[in-house]
Amino acid sequence: MNKFETLTGIAAPMPLINIDTDMIIPKQFLKTIKRSGLGVNLFDEMRYDDDRNEIPDFVLNKPQYREAQILVAGDNFGCGSSREHAPWAIADFGITCVIAPSYADIFYNNCFKNGILPIALPQEQVDVLMKDAEKGANARMIIDLDAQTVTSSDGEVFTFDVDPFKKHCLMNGLDDIGLTMEKATSIDSFETQAAQSRPWV
Amino acid sequence: MSPKTLYDKIWDAHVAHEADDGTCLLYIDRHLVHEVTSPQAFEGLRMTGRTVRAPDKTIAVPDHNVPTTLDRANAATMTEDSRIQVEALDKNAKDFGIHYYPVSDVRQGIVHIVGPEQGWTLPGMTVVCGDSHTATHGAFGALAHGIGTSEVEHVLATQTLIQKKSKNMKVEITGKLRPGVTAKDITLSVIGVTGTAGGTGYVIEYCGEAIRDLSMEGRMTVCNMAIEGGARAGLIAPDEKTYEYCMGRPHAPKGAQWEAALQWWKTLYSDDDAHWDKVITLKGEDIAPVVTWGTSPEDVLPITAKVPAASDFEGGKVGAAQRSLDYMGLTAGTPLTDVEIDTVFIGSCTNGRIEDLRAAAEVLKGKKKKDGIRAMVVPGSGLVRAQAEQEGLAQIFLDAGFEWRLAGCSMCLAMNPDQLAPGERCAATSNRNFEGRQGRGGRTHLMSPAMAAAAAITGKLTDVRELM
Repeated sequence: MNKFETLTGIAAPMPLINIDTDMIIPKQFLKTIKRSGLGVNLFDEMRYDDDRNEIPDFVLNKPQYREAQILVAGDNFGCGSSREHAPWAIADFGITCVIAPSYADIFYNNCFKNGILPIALPQEQVDVLMKDAEKGANARMIIDLDAQTVTSSDGEVFTFDVDPFKKHCLMNGLDDIGLTMEKATSIDSFETQAAQSRPWV
Repeated sequence: MSPKTLYDKIWDAHVAHEADDGTCLLYIDRHLVHEVTSPQAFEGLRMTGRTVRAPDKTIAVPDHNVPTTLDRANAATMTEDSRIQVEALDKNAKDFGIHYYPVSDVRQGIVHIVGPEQGWTLPGMTVVCGDSHTATHGAFGALAHGIGTSEVEHVLATQTLIQKKSKNMKVEITGKLRPGVTAKDITLSVIGVTGTAGGTGYVIEYCGEAIRDLSMEGRMTVCNMAIEGGARAGLIAPDEKTYEYCMGRPHAPKGAQWEAALQWWKTLYSDDDAHWDKVITLKGEDIAPVVTWGTSPEDVLPITAKVPAASDFEGGKVGAAQRSLDYMGLTAGTPLTDVEIDTVFIGSCTNGRIEDLRAAAEVLKGKKKKDGIRAMVVPGSGLVRAQAEQEGLAQIFLDAGFEWRLAGCSMCLAMNPDQLAPGERCAATSNRNFEGRQGRGGRTHLMSPAMAAAAAITGKLTDVRELM
């Protein structure tokens, strides 16, 4: 997994609440057996018309946001389906940080497995950053995971919370499975004990 | 000992390791797998030379992609990419030696219907699947939730998940339901109250007389949609109905093991003075048959209401409601019962069980769908289909002009050929009314099977109580 330390980039504004994972990556793109290549279909139904032409009004089609690396969005981002294709598509597009007031649980966890930092900030602060993002390509935000700060293009600094373990894994690009396997003895002894107490499982 | 909720008890029984910061390795008793969210996980195992740690606790079934038409044995009914995914699951199941119900098996069906039906899901278990509707299994008092593909790989390799504990929420439905009101109306009404993010960070336990009165099928419908309220999982404490449902199922314990299991299951309830971080109470008699009008499951109204205006809402919901109204092609102030539909879909992991088909058939018996309406019933599993045929329900659907399909997820997420055309309006018993969910530009109204059947007869959103 790619490490996430700091990021200075363009933020695309999407002032919509309840952006669901069906919107992020519609089901017709789930028929892949790979993790890569989904960026072109990120927000597909909002991004292209029936003839596969780009819809110019959609934020990621606008010239100033085509290279966006940060997405600023409304409440409850990533709700709905558990499809990890959603963070795969986001990362494949080149976005590695999302800023929103809140996230759906499964999506939030999925982000960390894919080198994406989902930042939750109070609505008022997201409102400020949304306005900042609306300024376009010249307004670059700075994300510092170690310091846990977002700095707007005006230099305004917001601090965010992140679970220390998730932060550690993201900063070091660590593979969860490898870490868990180091605890194999604990799993072994749990299994032995469970086989006694709940043999029907 | 300090009092505990049901969630606390199941959690405590499954912690294999706890780090200083409270991050736990939660042991997983049952891992359900389907074709869409697993190929990358199995590929990950191959690339790293890892194996499936507990193949005997891993159960796979293809459901999302599979055609539900009667000719599906013909490979030409599938698109190439769908066929590749199903074939990948066939191969992965064989290579890694996990339990498998292929498309050709009568027990094949939607993973969340097959698990309970085969007795894989039992009280007090931890159950995960790369699918958000895994919450369904909470109806058995099992801690069950959806996970992403990286976590699927993690569970395959280690039989554990890295988790932090959620908070406890109690949703109590007191008293009795009125006639025509079902489990679907309960679960939609709760989301109408909490919103789709109201459950975020919580595990919900549903309780109260109206929940106790529900069958296991109804309880599965309620828990299925816990995720639509944002909750990690939904739970209902096991009781005699639960034990009766589980007893004799192929993978349920037998003999002395059954007795031992039962003894433990009977301890699985929330203690009287357990701590709740959030409590919501609804009166059963206040719940009406409901439908959704918008593009979020929280957009719920009684069927007797009118389409709302965006200005009825506050904050970010104003813009969202306007976007929903535009997408759904609805005008504020229109009575919901004036909204004409094109299609009826009865099925899904929310409402594809035998009781759902009975409820729909009860309304349709001796009646016909309105001319021009496309209507289909997609049973949740091959066994549900067989039982419905045995009970004469299939004939009622056929006589009413419905298509009688084979089992699968079908038009709930429209990954197979069952899709809505742009602008096509559907009365659906599924769980999500998101933009494009049932097909690009398709318009979905969520409701109970009885309400969907009523809509098929009149061609409009309909108060089923008027047909009873």
